Amino acid sequence: MLLSRKAKSSAVPYEVIVIGPRHGWRELGLRELWAHKELLFFFIWRDLKVRYKQTAFGAAWAVIQPVALMLVFSVTVGRLKGVGPEGIPYPLFVFAGLVPWTLFASSLGGAANSLVVSEHVITKVYFPRLLLPFASVGSFVLDFFISLGVLAIVMLIFGATPNWAILLLPAFTLMVLVAALSVGTFLSAVNVRYRDVKYVMPFLIQIWMFGSPVIYTSSLVPEQFRLLYALNPMTGAINGFRWALVGGPQPDAAIFISAAASVALLILSLAYFRRMEQTFVDVI
Amino acid sequence: MDDIAITASGLAKKYRIGASKSHGLLGESIWNAITGPFGRKQDVDDERDFWALRDVSFDVPRGSVLGVIGRNGAGKSTLLKILTRITTPTLGRAELRGRVGSLLEVGTGFHQELTGRENVLLSGAILGMKRAEILRKFDEIVAFADIGQFIDVPVKRYSSGMKVRLGFAVAAFLEPEILLIDEVLAVGDSDFQKKCLGKMSEIGHGGRTIVFVSHSMPAIQRLCDRAILLDHGRVIASGPTNEVTRRYLESDLGSIGERRWDDPAQAPGDDIARLKSVRIQPVGGGSIEEMDIRLPVDIEVEYWSKAPGKFRPTVNVHVFNDDGVCLFVEHDWNNREWWVSPRQPGLVRSTCHIPGNFLAEGRMVVSVVISTYNPTKIHVLERDAVAFHVVDQSEGDGVRADWVGDYPGVVRPMLEWSVQVE
Repeated sequence: MLLSRKAKSSAVPYEVIVIGPRHGWRELGLRELWAHKELLFFFIWRDLKVRYKQTAFGAAWAVIQPVALMLVFSVTVGRLKGVGPEGIPYPLFVFAGLVPWTLFASSLGGAANSLVVSEHVITKVYFPRLLLPFASVGSFVLDFFISLGVLAIVMLIFGATPNWAILLLPAFTLMVLVAALSVGTFLSAVNVRYRDVKYVMPFLIQIWMFGSPVIYTSSLVPEQFRLLYALNPMTGAINGFRWALVGGPQPDAAIFISAAASVALLILSLAYFRRMEQTFVDVI
Repeated sequence: MDDIAITASGLAKKYRIGASKSHGLLGESIWNAITGPFGRKQDVDDERDFWALRDVSFDVPRGSVLGVIGRNGAGKSTLLKILTRITTPTLGRAELRGRVGSLLEVGTGFHQELTGRENVLLSGAILGMKRAEILRKFDEIVAFADIGQFIDVPVKRYSSGMKVRLGFAVAAFLEPEILLIDEVLAVGDSDFQKKCLGKMSEIGHGGRTIVFVSHSMPAIQRLCDRAILLDHGRVIASGPTNEVTRRYLESDLGSIGERRWDDPAQAPGDDIARLKSVRIQPVGGGSIEEMDIRLPVDIEVEYWSKAPGKFRPTVNVHVFNDDGVCLFVEHDWNNREWWVSPRQPGLVRSTCHIPGNFLAEGRMVVSVVISTYNPTKIHVLERDAVAFHVVDQSEGDGVRADWVGDYPGVVRPMLEWSVQVE
């Protein structure tokens, strides 16, 4: 008996967890996140289930919002001359911008609140906290696919046919996700300590929308602000996304600035999250 | 090294109390960031620091069960939170060798809107089970919870008992090598508790290492091989369970005959009821250290009742003996007049009169609960609030009469006898 146990312990070494105070900057925790990918999917699944339980329209809400905005913008802003590029019907133009924007805005909002709404779980059991904002963002990807389907219908209506550029669509979608993850993760950590985030969110999202080429074409932005404008990760993401589907002006080098800003932001906010993570439970 | 599952050395945890009131404001933080470089250094100990845990070291051999005991606020929960990695220690280090499972509440991760079935999956995953593992054990879990058709009903429609049963069923099927448990067993009906304790003992004998934090001395004594006693964040005793529990029960806690909270903001409770004081009042002489077994004793509970009308707070006192056995539970609805009278906000004093010639010898520990019913809600739970010592100095007129030897029994009531000679 004793022998067999010994044999087992040498064959299967126990996993060792070391607990101690952490100082300074650590690695970003993506490895641990990967090890818990199953739980990540459980959280995504929970968020989806809960979001549409006891709603009459269910997942249709994923569509209603961007479609309503498209209608409103088409009959208001859309009537202004030059707000959209030549050759693309404004409703199509604005909807192709609203689809990635909605993905960004909803995931950002969800992620920012993800830790605070899970307070009861965080204080009772350990798992990589990063799973929560990531799962929040993940849960809106399904909504995104639904609205992408609606976008396809809108494209059919306006007779828009995509070309080879559609192959780049996943890359631009990824840009949107990286932008949402970076800002969302950062805000979720800030929110634990400062509930001010709750009041900032609606305002921030609104401002950000007008600061991104959602309802207007980015060529409207004055030359001297172009560089600054490109630093907004959503500028490149939306321009690229829209171009890949409905055409229009081809994105220039500015898109790389957006992408770089996005990645830099992600690394910074992951590092910030890791640093704040150890005090979450003490202050939440 | 393989024989030791858990090593803790010099664990300490510091909280900043004063700061908690204002840390939620971004404004203060910005102000601190501006003035910070000119102010004193953050790491210096100041009066706002509170050490919840200090220099805690122990080893837990593989396959053994360690009990952690201590008064409220002694640092038990903090220790458990550190071992479970929920929070990080300020100083010190711990090593856990093996797959860790933790159980700090029943139904961890349950979501009200999800069905029982969905919650089993979710809670299992959060507690560290793999999907395949949960699915394999699913039927067993549901059978153990014994909630029948309710498995497909949202948990928000469950009674609290059902929720507890389902939550525990998930937890009971965790198979970690190291299990860290808080006194989650304090909930649920007693039959189910026994079932859970049985299941846990099974786990214990399955070669798993367990750390068990509890107020329940019988549970600690039944389950644990060894125990540590915490007081003010330090380990003040460690060793075989019986020695440590005895030490705990005999400790200074014995002399507290009165507890009071003069500031309602600091008092235990919520916006329905808040505890003001608990007092042991010997009737007819004697002190709480030497209460005559023949004389009555009053347990007086004062509380601020805050909500009028439909909330009808009731005071419960739970009296335990030195072995942690609950002798009885009494509540003030036994006063029928009070039971039916309308409630007004204000200070309420409820006094439970324990007759003389009723308790046994030894130390009695009183826990106080203030609750409302329909639905059942606990507003105040003050464990081990007060304690007193009963001594039997009867001179032939007590229950023991002229007998001077050991006198068994958890109570020693003087009952009526009738005797007939035929």
